[in-house]
Amino acid sequence: MDSFRQAFDLLFSLDRELLQILGVTMRMSFFSTAISCLIGLPLGALIGTKSFKGKSFLKKLIHTLMGLPPVVAGLFVYTLFTHYGPFGELNLLFTVKIMVIAQVILITPIVTGLSSSFIESTSKPIIETARGLGLNNLKIVGLCLSEGRTSLVSIVLTAFGRSIAEVGAVSIVGGNIQWKTRVMTTAIMLETNKGKFSFALALGIVLLLIAFVVNALASFMVKEAKND
Amino acid sequence: MKKVLALLLAFVMVFALAACGANTADNGETTTAAAPANTPENAVIRLSTTTSVNDSGLLPYLLPTFEAKTGYKVEVQSAGTGAAIQKAKDGNADVILVHAKASEESFIEEGYGVERLPFMYNFFVIVGPKDDPAGVKDSENAAAAFAKIRDSKSKFVSRGDESGTHKAELKIWGDNAPDAEKDSWYISAGQGMGACLTMASEQQAYCLTDKATFLSMKDQLNLDIVLAEGDDMKNTYSLIAVNPEKIDGLNTEGAKAFIDWMLSDEASALIAKYGEEEYGVALFYLLEK
Repeated sequence: MDSFRQAFDLLFSLDRELLQILGVTMRMSFFSTAISCLIGLPLGALIGTKSFKGKSFLKKLIHTLMGLPPVVAGLFVYTLFTHYGPFGELNLLFTVKIMVIAQVILITPIVTGLSSSFIESTSKPIIETARGLGLNNLKIVGLCLSEGRTSLVSIVLTAFGRSIAEVGAVSIVGGNIQWKTRVMTTAIMLETNKGKFSFALALGIVLLLIAFVVNALASFMVKEAKND
Repeated sequence: MKKVLALLLAFVMVFALAACGANTADNGETTTAAAPANTPENAVIRLSTTTSVNDSGLLPYLLPTFEAKTGYKVEVQSAGTGAAIQKAKDGNADVILVHAKASEESFIEEGYGVERLPFMYNFFVIVGPKDDPAGVKDSENAAAAFAKIRDSKSKFVSRGDESGTHKAELKIWGDNAPDAEKDSWYISAGQGMGACLTMASEQQAYCLTDKATFLSMKDQLNLDIVLAEGDDMKNTYSLIAVNPEKIDGLNTEGAKAFIDWMLSDEASALIAKYGEEEYGVALFYLLEK
């Protein structure tokens, strides 16, 4: 109960460090979600609609990567960008950019996998009907997008949720550096290690509230779009 | 008829199990000569300690002897000193082994601890890039070395997690503590000792560490000890039994048995030897009683 009061105090105190941490968290989650969707959605659409050699292998691979443990993704990226690693000269270790890279590796398979199954199951009938009606390809894509926007938004939100909640990979590659790469989850981990359990829980509640606001905004936008 | 058979079968199984149990108990007593006459009623001792004690391998090295001798089982929870103390305050530990004098004293003042028993120490060391760009070598003590790091704005990785090591670092900085927000050379990592040393190696930064953790990771780090001695680098470890008058459900007898053994000549001899075989130097020294 104490944690709930602390969570509200924190939110309304507008603590400078908390705002900075929230800023890094949102920046990281936004860019990793955007990039994963830019790669994952078209890839998912391609896999969902076309048939080609090696498709079933590719699908198995993507489904395996959907369950990739974040720590493993973090270690993998760390090994690539460590000082003596193949990309060490880019000096990206312990920056927000590398956190986005690790997140994109984690989230893209999820976006691809979810969107390909969604398109396979729902869009195929639409495409067949539309072809039957003699609509051109551009119109078909538009129709699929507008029919499936609720699912698409939920895929994007899944990606965002995964990104905002992730701790294992970002603490390895980001380093949880104060005023630089600290995000909400690594801050919660730090407070837990300090023994400030109720404060850590308060931070967790703040994170949940923000996730809730983002979700509410998204569903509001979907509703608006439907009313148009 | 079926019911009778089932009952018989159940009896046979119960006897078989009882016999097995008796057998293992017999074996236990015959194989370990030093086994206690009777295993203590509450055999589990919950020890909350810091990562440095556990990661250095000291506890895995000491505990089997204690457990074989007394029949107790020590469950070690390791975390930063702050969390280690908080767990004890929450009633989740019987005894703590930590290294942050001020926090230990307030733990006792608040009534959670019985008595602070300092029993061993070692030294913090300053590690840094092999070419020592800030010229820390030959500094008189850690405070002088920190001043050189500060003046040259050389990178420095801080634990930043309110652990015993972090508190010791802040004490050395004193009034000259850098501001992690403005001083970009000062990296407040908020992680454990191992993660901070890895980061210092990557960034070619200086770092204050306990010697044991550094030695255990030395091979994978591109760092050297640049300052090993100074009057402000002593790191004292204490044992504190949690106060049964403040917290209920404690294994107070177990905590007492553990503390008594840790302060015994047998444990002292083991502690004094620890590290010599693997690193060629002792990692912990005993405080004079």
